[in-house]
Amino acid sequence: MTTFLRSVSAEFAKIFTTRLWWLLAIVLFCYIGLIAGGLGALLAGVETGVISPDTVNTGGAGAFGFGSLPPIIYSFASSVGYVFPVLLGVLATTGEFRHQTLTPTFLATPRRGVVLAAKTVTLVLVGAGFGVVGLAASVGLGGGALSAFGVDALLLDSETWLQVGRTILAMGLWAAIGVGFGVLVPSQVASIVVVLAFTQFVEPLLRLAASFLEVTAQIGNFLPGSASDALVGASVFTLANPAGAPPLDWWQGGLVLLGYAVVATVIGYAVSWKKDVT
Amino acid sequence: MPTGAVIEFTSISKRFGKVAAVNELSFTVEPGRVTGFLGPNGAGKTTSLRILLGLVAPTSGTATFGGVRYRDLPNPLATVGAALEAASFHPGRTAQNHLGVYAIAAGLPRTRVMEVLTQVGLAAHAAQRVGGYSLGMRQRLGLAYALLGDPGVLVLDEPINGLDPEGIRWIRGFLRDMAAEGRTVLVSSHLLSEVQQSVDDVVIIARGELVHLGPLSSLDTDAAPQTIVDSPNREALGAALTAAGIIFSIGRTGLLAATSDPALLGHLAFTAGVELSVLHRQKTGLEDSFLALVGGSHSL
Repeated sequence: MTTFLRSVSAEFAKIFTTRLWWLLAIVLFCYIGLIAGGLGALLAGVETGVISPDTVNTGGAGAFGFGSLPPIIYSFASSVGYVFPVLLGVLATTGEFRHQTLTPTFLATPRRGVVLAAKTVTLVLVGAGFGVVGLAASVGLGGGALSAFGVDALLLDSETWLQVGRTILAMGLWAAIGVGFGVLVPSQVASIVVVLAFTQFVEPLLRLAASFLEVTAQIGNFLPGSASDALVGASVFTLANPAGAPPLDWWQGGLVLLGYAVVATVIGYAVSWKKDVT
Repeated sequence: MPTGAVIEFTSISKRFGKVAAVNELSFTVEPGRVTGFLGPNGAGKTTSLRILLGLVAPTSGTATFGGVRYRDLPNPLATVGAALEAASFHPGRTAQNHLGVYAIAAGLPRTRVMEVLTQVGLAAHAAQRVGGYSLGMRQRLGLAYALLGDPGVLVLDEPINGLDPEGIRWIRGFLRDMAAEGRTVLVSSHLLSEVQQSVDDVVIIARGELVHLGPLSSLDTDAAPQTIVDSPNREALGAALTAAGIIFSIGRTGLLAATSDPALLGHLAFTAGVELSVLHRQKTGLEDSFLALVGGSHSL
């Protein structure tokens, strides 16, 4: 147990002794702040009539009728921001391969399973921290924009804070998925390319395509991004859902995300982590 | 004072696919001595050391420190210090933080970080990112990592590579000091001349197999004894040798006589009344013995 706790402390030290974590955190904050603040202002403006619906191309559907705006605005922290903890996790593992730091790591802690478990625990916690950063942007700037247009930001609503808690959990799980994917694909460049291509392009398209039929929509619910949105409980991606398949419950979404992290990490342990370090 | 443990390789073999990188390697390394682990590049030195340290799984056999496998050591860094290749660093991390990470992982006091950086002469560069380090500085940082737990056993892979002359002189003294303190010191090199000033014992491997084991002096053998002898009057000298039944050939610096006894030739010349200008035994050097053992051309 002391070995494990020391290993966790060492993994924290690894993250906070290079510049990556705060660079990613700053970009995360600005990116989510821009989207949540911008869209918050736009949608609140339309809803309250400050911005005429005619000036926004709504495809002839008239006003959006989103129901409650704040949960959607706040969900940008995870529905858009999840790629940041994934990248942090991927870089935490692939960096060990790339810079050959597995050698000193495994010399200091020869039990490799302990090291990988410690890395996962550490990244879940730092990923949760990224969740806080993302929420600071989406609730702080997004909620500010809503309030500015006279829409209730629901900051005293317990539902809002439950969503905040679930968002932090989701971001932690995403970082664990990053760790797992990093050991599964230890080549850093390949790993980053696949993560960016999948999260920014492939999965959104799959979710869109799956949503047109009820049967595919149900399968689509198990895509990691859909599962994450189900866990958080709100997302701009689930607004347009033609087939109307009900999303997973929040806890089901959480278990699906956890499943992705566990499967990737276990397979990655076998295919790369326990292999010879040459 | 940390005490050294005996390193023991027992029938270690490692196959990469069909290629046998190491084959049935067995030897022990004693504390209080510097042991040179020698062989040409590709002989299997690094693979053997990585097996010893639990980084590479052997196909068969065991390698232990005082009978314990590396992965079973209760405090690995405080028992064994290892420096492998020179580039095991995140370039964006400072030397101090690099060592700090592993001090935390091994449960060592953080004060050790500056102590070992001072010991290897990097204290002034402790707060510098390792990405800006020269090869020699990286070697020293690797050594600092090995010293972090003040271990009784040191395993160093090619530690002299990339060092400047001052660094080479320093590390030679360092290796001697470590052994004098009773530690076990195993140091690999592909050049005997690089370590022959420092080592007591040699373990020589070639093509993954043990070819020689023993004290350094055991390399000082004469496979084909020859004595060089010359005279202003070579004809008379040659005639005297022939009369005594000694076979010789004519070399660049004189006659190469097939005997290991210069005194015999001196006596022959004296009795024949021939003046000598050169008389000395030609020794095959340690390096020649080493090259002969590992198969000459493979060492380049």
